[in-house]
Amino acid sequence: MRPIHSKITEIVEESPNVRTFFFDTQFDEAIPGQFVMVWVHGTDEVPMTLSGKNSITVQKVGDATSRMFELGIGDHMGLRGPFGRGFTIPGNGENVLFIAGGVGAAPIAPLADIVKARGIEGRTILGSRCCDELLFRERFACGRVDITTDDGSEGRGGFVTDQLAETDTSDYDRIYVCGPEIMMYKVFEILKARNAHVKAEFSLHRYFKCGIGVCGACSMDPDGLCVCRDGPVFNGGELEGSEFGHYERDSSGRKCHF
Amino acid sequence: MKVAGIELKNPTILASGIMGTTGAALARMSRNGAGAVVTKSIGPVPKKGHNNPSMVELECGYINAMGLPNPSYSGFCEEIGIAKGKMDAPLIASIFGGNAAEFTEVAKGLLSSKPDCFELNVSCPHAEGYGASVGTDPDLVHEITASVVDAVDVPVWVKLTPNVTDITSIGRAAESAGASAIVAINTVRGMAIDIHSGYPILGNRFGGLSGPAVKPVAVKCVYDLYEALDVPVIGVGGITCPEDAIEMILAGASAVEIGSAVHDDTQIFVKISKGIDTYLQKYGYSYTEDITGLSHEMI
Ligand SMILES: Cc1cc2nc3c(=O)[nH]c(=O)nc-3n(C[C@H](O)[C@H](O)[C@H](O)COP(=O)(O)OP(=O)(O)OC[C@H]3O[C@@H](n4cnc5c(N)ncnc54)[C@H](O)[C@@H]3O)c2cc1C
Ligand SMILES: Cc1cc2nc3c(=O)[nH]c(=O)nc-3n(C[C@H](O)[C@H](O)[C@H](O)COP(=O)(O)O)c2cc1C
Ligand code: FES
Repeated sequence: MRPIHSKITEIVEESPNVRTFFFDTQFDEAIPGQFVMVWVHGTDEVPMTLSGKNSITVQKVGDATSRMFELGIGDHMGLRGPFGRGFTIPGNGENVLFIAGGVGAAPIAPLADIVKARGIEGRTILGSRCCDELLFRERFACGRVDITTDDGSEGRGGFVTDQLAETDTSDYDRIYVCGPEIMMYKVFEILKARNAHVKAEFSLHRYFKCGIGVCGACSMDPDGLCVCRDGPVFNGGELEGSEFGHYERDSSGRKCHF
Repeated sequence: MKVAGIELKNPTILASGIMGTTGAALARMSRNGAGAVVTKSIGPVPKKGHNNPSMVELECGYINAMGLPNPSYSGFCEEIGIAKGKMDAPLIASIFGGNAAEFTEVAKGLLSSKPDCFELNVSCPHAEGYGASVGTDPDLVHEITASVVDAVDVPVWVKLTPNVTDITSIGRAAESAGASAIVAINTVRGMAIDIHSGYPILGNRFGGLSGPAVKPVAVKCVYDLYEALDVPVIGVGGITCPEDAIEMILAGASAVEIGSAVHDDTQIFVKISKGIDTYLQKYGYSYTEDITGLSHEMI
């Protein structure tokens, strides 16, 4: 597909460095965890999770995202998608646990919306560096929310993993995880020790070029799975023994260790 | 089957630049039935490639301008080793450079990882100073091919661009310099513009067309090269089903490479090689070579 010319209809400042952009293009068939390639004309095209049917939630980190922050309502971006494999939607009666760090709350929030709409209870461990950066806490109000901040400015001082270590996960049928890879890997290790990693799904990031499973830029060792096509969401069992938590590759294909 | 000096497991080969940046990805394509795999084109120094968008699906195929991203030969040896450790299909190392010395440096640099064959990419249409900018000059192609053939002890294939007036003159230059096979075609120079914003879609503004749109161009190039050359021709461009592969073989291909079609089906290799076998049986042939170039006899 060619990029869909999409007009920005609303911008929400979530925190000093995170904004949600709403578009006049709606991806009704998108599954939570799927992403779009976002083309910022004249700059770059980068992958972003759909944080809603017609929105992306962007953390300002470099060229393309800084350019996005200069755009206003009525400006346009090109959107291709939805691409990739999203999360497994929880069944009625299943107990779910969400674990989200920083902007990693973006792919998880649409799942919380579904859980809330169905009246199922979902528990959340939501973390960020400081209280200003806690994302979407109102969307996670589908059950108990434990907040952690690195600097202790709100909730528990420390990391989501500290909270998880003290949380009994045996009651949960599904665990959904997204955040920085180091965080996700620590979550993976805690769950693995409890043999609970196979009921967890992780949303991964790698450098994307094509975004459609052809070029191989996002391919993971040792099975050659493409994060853009076979993922970005992977079951914990699929990640066992993989490069996850150890290294990724830069745009030239060289390994960069975490 | 033996083609141009290497033993293919079947006539379907993974084309360069598709799932070819890591050893694990190459091995996966071999597991999916590729008769051999070609690596991403590897150059003398690490290259990050062009800005995105770098590949977009169009109505008739795909347009791409990756910009030859690669970790350089020193970074890639390990990946070839990993691929070879995980599969028994032959591995063909695709390489590029700006001149004969660079091509030879890259080939020598990869030799320790023991590729089964080299494919010289003198044909990328959108990387300045590389690829097609050298591949349109028969003298340069001759010099580069001769230099690599001299430096390595495995077969050397040369992959051509269709973006020339007479592809056979370039093919002859490579053949006379010692190429074991000619691979045709790389992508066809092209461009796509977003009519709503006015921006060219690719980060590099223009790039190369692949997929179904280029198949008739590829068939004609393969037909002409088969006529002009003695060495085998490997057909690439727009193959998505067994019928496409058979058409390419009838035009003169000894084997085919498949690229973009991996998008729709990662199991494409099994499907196409089985389809070729079914066709051979149906029409009473035993081997792919029995039908290579058959259409030339139909006059
Ligand atoms: C599946 C997926 C979903 C994502 N969802 C979100 C999201 O919802 N919100 C969000 O803020 N961020 C998300 N990201 C990360 C986002 O793509 C990067 O932050 C963005 O590309 C940065 O671009 P830049 O030009 O501003 O930064 P740059 O200055 O170009 O680079 C900064 C860092 O961003 C990353 N990056 C740059 N280009 C790419 C690329 N083409 N592909 C992948 N990573 C790249 C690299 O790690 C790089 O080191 C997602 C990434 C992936 C793979
Ligand atoms: C994303 C992409 C990257 C490519 N990279 C290379 C490359 O590095 N070297 C090369 O010789 N050809 C490269 N090609 C060209 C293909 O190998 C092939 O010649 C062309 O795509 C036509 O075949 P197809 O229609 O089956 O894709 C690339 C093609 C695509 C689509
Ligand atoms: S980004 Fe090209 S295969 Fe995933």
